[in-house]
Amino acid sequence: MWLGVYLVILLGIGQFLIPQMNPYHVQILIFIGINITLAVSLNLVLGMAGQFSIGHAGFMALGAYTSAALSHYVFEPAISSWMGSSVAYGIAQNAAFAASLLSGGLMAALAGLAVGIPTLRLRGDYLAIATLGMGEIIRVIILNTEFVGAARGFTDIPRWTSFTWVFFVTGVCVLLVRNLIGSASGRALVAVREDEDAAAAMGIDTTYFKVLAFVIGAFFAGMAGGLQAHYIQYLHTNSFTFLRSIEIVVFVVLGGSGSITGSIVAATVLTILPEFLRVAQSWRMVIYSALLVVMMLTRPQGLMGGNEFKWRWFLRRKTA
Amino acid sequence: MEQFVQQVINGVSLGAIYALIALGYTMVYGILRLINFAHGDVYMVGAFAGYYCFHWFYGGANYGLAGLLAALAFAMAVCGLLGYVIERFAYSRLRKAARLNALITAIGISLLLENLGQLIFGADPKDFPAFVERTTITVGIVTISNIQLIVLITTVVLTLGLQYIVHRTKMGTAMRAVSFSHDAAGLMGINIGRVISFTFVLGSMLAAAAGILVGLYNPKIEPLMGIMPGLKAFVAAVLGGIGNIPGAILGGLIMGVAETFTVGYLSSTYRDAITFVILVAVLLFRPTGLLGTPQRTKF
Repeated sequence: MWLGVYLVILLGIGQFLIPQMNPYHVQILIFIGINITLAVSLNLVLGMAGQFSIGHAGFMALGAYTSAALSHYVFEPAISSWMGSSVAYGIAQNAAFAASLLSGGLMAALAGLAVGIPTLRLRGDYLAIATLGMGEIIRVIILNTEFVGAARGFTDIPRWTSFTWVFFVTGVCVLLVRNLIGSASGRALVAVREDEDAAAAMGIDTTYFKVLAFVIGAFFAGMAGGLQAHYIQYLHTNSFTFLRSIEIVVFVVLGGSGSITGSIVAATVLTILPEFLRVAQSWRMVIYSALLVVMMLTRPQGLMGGNEFKWRWFLRRKTA
Repeated sequence: MEQFVQQVINGVSLGAIYALIALGYTMVYGILRLINFAHGDVYMVGAFAGYYCFHWFYGGANYGLAGLLAALAFAMAVCGLLGYVIERFAYSRLRKAARLNALITAIGISLLLENLGQLIFGADPKDFPAFVERTTITVGIVTISNIQLIVLITTVVLTLGLQYIVHRTKMGTAMRAVSFSHDAAGLMGINIGRVISFTFVLGSMLAAAAGILVGLYNPKIEPLMGIMPGLKAFVAAVLGGIGNIPGAILGGLIMGVAETFTVGYLSSTYRDAITFVILVAVLLFRPTGLLGTPQRTKF
């Protein structure tokens, strides 16, 4: 029932409110949504399963390029030659977009599987550098692939992303991760995070769950990438470097790894903040990195510290 | 055939530079189990220190080899200080913290140095001064430039110096003890903080030397120049066995040769990719590196 309410609200906002708004604000909202999806998907791997994955941008890139290639080469030509009514065109476009996005996500998920199975037997620092390396390898492979533009970049991607789409995907991501965490599988993930050997001793198939988290995280990263591709309409591997992976890690860590609310808040704040700091544009990255260091030294558990937002907070009564 | 030998020489020169940076990574990891991501940026600062030394102190005049040595000393002093400051203000508080936090802090400091560098030095590439005139020496079928000779000789001298410090001095013994076990070393009366700071300073000085040498080799320097070599040197350290000093040198040389061969025989677009392929191969098949002791448990 709640899902229905959410969908109705979403469609309402998307159809009526958004067209009234300043396109600049809408753009920020879209980027917030994309970043939330990225942050929450990484949080699943990093904060909840406790796996140091710092190559998330690689999955995002795969999803972005796959969906863009499909849209550009297959769907766009197919539906633009359709001389039907505009309603039918709209349906066709959205269906094509859904197909592209899903393919992007699936491709990223497959990569997550391929990367995860061999590397997830490593732990700690070694896993971090392995994922870093994998992210870069993916990027370099894309960089050398001609039909997606290689070093020139991929242009002419149809602009199919809208606020409605972004928040739909974001909502699905958050809902799915939240439900996963609350389930038995989620508890297994947390057990793996807390002490992998103990979890294995309890009969949990640690490899299965680690790979599961990894694949789901990669899937949503791919979807986010696809959303971004169809908004900016241009892709270049320079947007998917290690720096982007670190930005996403910052969202998760600053918000509190293990806390979905934390990731959402951090992603939102850190997407909006650069807009306000435009005057100090050249200092932006300096402030960012200094902030990161200071955060790690003073409050490493992040903003939420692993807790979630609870309605209960508003109902607390003072005890006598 | 002669191209092959030439490539080997080029590879070894490049590898020597990677080895110097890798030594810093491996020493810090051995002592703190921390991957000091900021190390590549210390190398960058070293290069710029050499640049500013030339322009501020020498006034643009060329003093030849003596000038180079003085600049080298200056850069090493600057970076040693930088390494000490970084350790003291950032890493020392994180010794008891979770590994991820220390990793992220290191990344944060790396970004901080890069962006401060862009602000202070300017993001445009600068021309590193040529302290000595480039000449080449042809021995039989191969040609070696005097810059490459300087690189190799400096690396050998520094490495021998490091070996002496680590194996023949009290501080070196303390370093090895601390890298084995903090608590036991502390119980033996070793001042852990002092040893860690010393290690950082030493590693940073080596990175500074690498920065100067690279400036001689490729005269274009810019604030982001530390990222790729830092990563490659890190892979070199892992390849040789992280925490293992001879391993870092071996790893550096292999990385340099591998990269040169990839560029020469395959394609220059894969120059950076080979680094990551090696990294992944090492991590999958021999995570403790070539010279590391094979451990079945990956802590």
